[in-house]
Amino acid sequence: MTALVEVKGLDKAFGGVHAVEGVSFSVEAGQVYSVIGPNGAGKTTLFNLITGLYTPTKGEILLNGESTAKLEPNELAERGMCRTFQQMQICMNMTAIENVMLGRHLQLKSNLFTTLFRLPSLRRNEAAARKRAAELMEYVGCGDYLDAEASAMSYGALKRLEIARALAAEPKVILLDEPAAGLNAVETAALEELIRKIADQGTTVMLVEHDMKLVMGISDRLLVLNYGRVLAEGTPEEIRQNPDVIAAYLGG
Amino acid sequence: MLNTFMQSRLRGLIILALILVILPAFLGNPFHYELVTQMAIIAATVVGLNLLVGFAGQISLGHAGFFGLGAYFTGIATGTYGWSSVPALVVGAIAVGAIAWIVGRPILRLKGHYLSMATLAVGFIIAIILNNERALTGGPDGMPVPAFEVFGWQLSTFGSYSLFGMEIEGFQAWYIFASVVLLVAVWFALNLIESPIGRALRSVHGSEVAASVVGVNTAKYKSLVFVISAIYASLMGSLYAHFQGFITPAVASFEFSILFITMVVLGGMGSTFGVILGAVVLKLLPQVLADFQELEHVMFGLILMLTMIFMPKGLLPTLSAFVSKKMRKKAGGEA
Repeated sequence: MTALVEVKGLDKAFGGVHAVEGVSFSVEAGQVYSVIGPNGAGKTTLFNLITGLYTPTKGEILLNGESTAKLEPNELAERGMCRTFQQMQICMNMTAIENVMLGRHLQLKSNLFTTLFRLPSLRRNEAAARKRAAELMEYVGCGDYLDAEASAMSYGALKRLEIARALAAEPKVILLDEPAAGLNAVETAALEELIRKIADQGTTVMLVEHDMKLVMGISDRLLVLNYGRVLAEGTPEEIRQNPDVIAAYLGG
Repeated sequence: MLNTFMQSRLRGLIILALILVILPAFLGNPFHYELVTQMAIIAATVVGLNLLVGFAGQISLGHAGFFGLGAYFTGIATGTYGWSSVPALVVGAIAVGAIAWIVGRPILRLKGHYLSMATLAVGFIIAIILNNERALTGGPDGMPVPAFEVFGWQLSTFGSYSLFGMEIEGFQAWYIFASVVLLVAVWFALNLIESPIGRALRSVHGSEVAASVVGVNTAKYKSLVFVISAIYASLMGSLYAHFQGFITPAVASFEFSILFITMVVLGGMGSTFGVILGAVVLKLLPQVLADFQELEHVMFGLILMLTMIFMPKGLLPTLSAFVSKKMRKKAGGEA
């Protein structure tokens, strides 16, 4: 079985600072794969590299065996990769449900002619997309906001909305960057439930997260970064017992 | 039934159509008609510009350039070379669209002030060309443009026509024509905004990163909306040329570009009917302020400043928020 996401010798330098240095790992389809590490360890940089927002200084990323070096983020989305952000990226000039419908962009092929005259085919597709978006909003638990403007939503609801938008694109792999940050205990528990549901439906999940309880509970494998380098990689059990990890986290 | 109507997608369009039908009752003389026809043509231009500025969040300080190109293409093709109006209008729009695409690809990589400067430069270059190519354009003296003509039938402000048995003057016929054009322009804009393409455009404004990670090719959509808004400007420029019967490079001037942008900002960015209101107010204001004579420009500037300070979202969005707040209060009081 080939890996869905494979990272080989990845390096990213900002000026003289190596944010990510010599990182290699691979993620199998269907896994929940988490990246952890102290602040500034290079986790978000790694995600930005994988999703094409940054260009690697060295190294290679393969998505389904294909090199992503020359691909723009939107082309990666076409190949089944979607993500959420630590600094949420919500279109505040749109309604909540339109944000999720935006996620259907690749499924909704439309041309200028059908659009300008609003032909029946477009109306049908739009209605279907709206229905699907509403289902996804219920699914992630922001069904209360079906008619809301995005700007009227709470922080926790927006975090879930961003996940709904990513799911709307029907990705093979979804990257969640600190989805639990800023959430309370109840919301975090709901999030854990949601990530489990997403994984159970066969979508590969990559996760950057600080909440150890959450990460240890749902991950199949973990990657520990420290100062941009791989400190350890393995199952939650292996990571928990790894002396380097204990030293880095507890300062022992 | 009134409720379903008020929630209908085309509510605004129907209200606009009603206003355009009723309006002639308040128009006394040809000068009024001329003013309102100009308003309609300019309003349709800024509806197109608003797609770029209000919805996709990109700026253009050179849109009068595209308006002017459309006007001059029509002037030269129909006046100098004897083309019929419709082919001139269409070929002109395609040519302007192509120019916008070629220019837009590189400059839309720029953001904010840099994009402003680049589009400003595009407008200036077009204005300079129109001024200098005397042999083609007549230079700063301008050039006459024949009346609008389809298969030998002419629409001239000086003619007289019969419509459903009614005798109407040329300026009235032009008013009707411009009204229909405005309604179609608005209908297209509304359809575009509420579609996958429109969502992609708005997402470029909302968050380019978010747009790109769900698969929106942001560069492509920026170019697309730049081209669409340029085509709007070109088509309206062509009609404007026919209507005025005479054009000068002033139609492509910096002042005109700024006027377009001011209409969008004043009326309400991202509000199709707001920018129409913006066009109406900015065309009307100089007439109203004419009494103040030398203070006219001071008053004009003052009104713009005060509006932007107290209504930063623009006239229509602020007013409609105010009205719906009042109505909610009233409904709440009755319950």
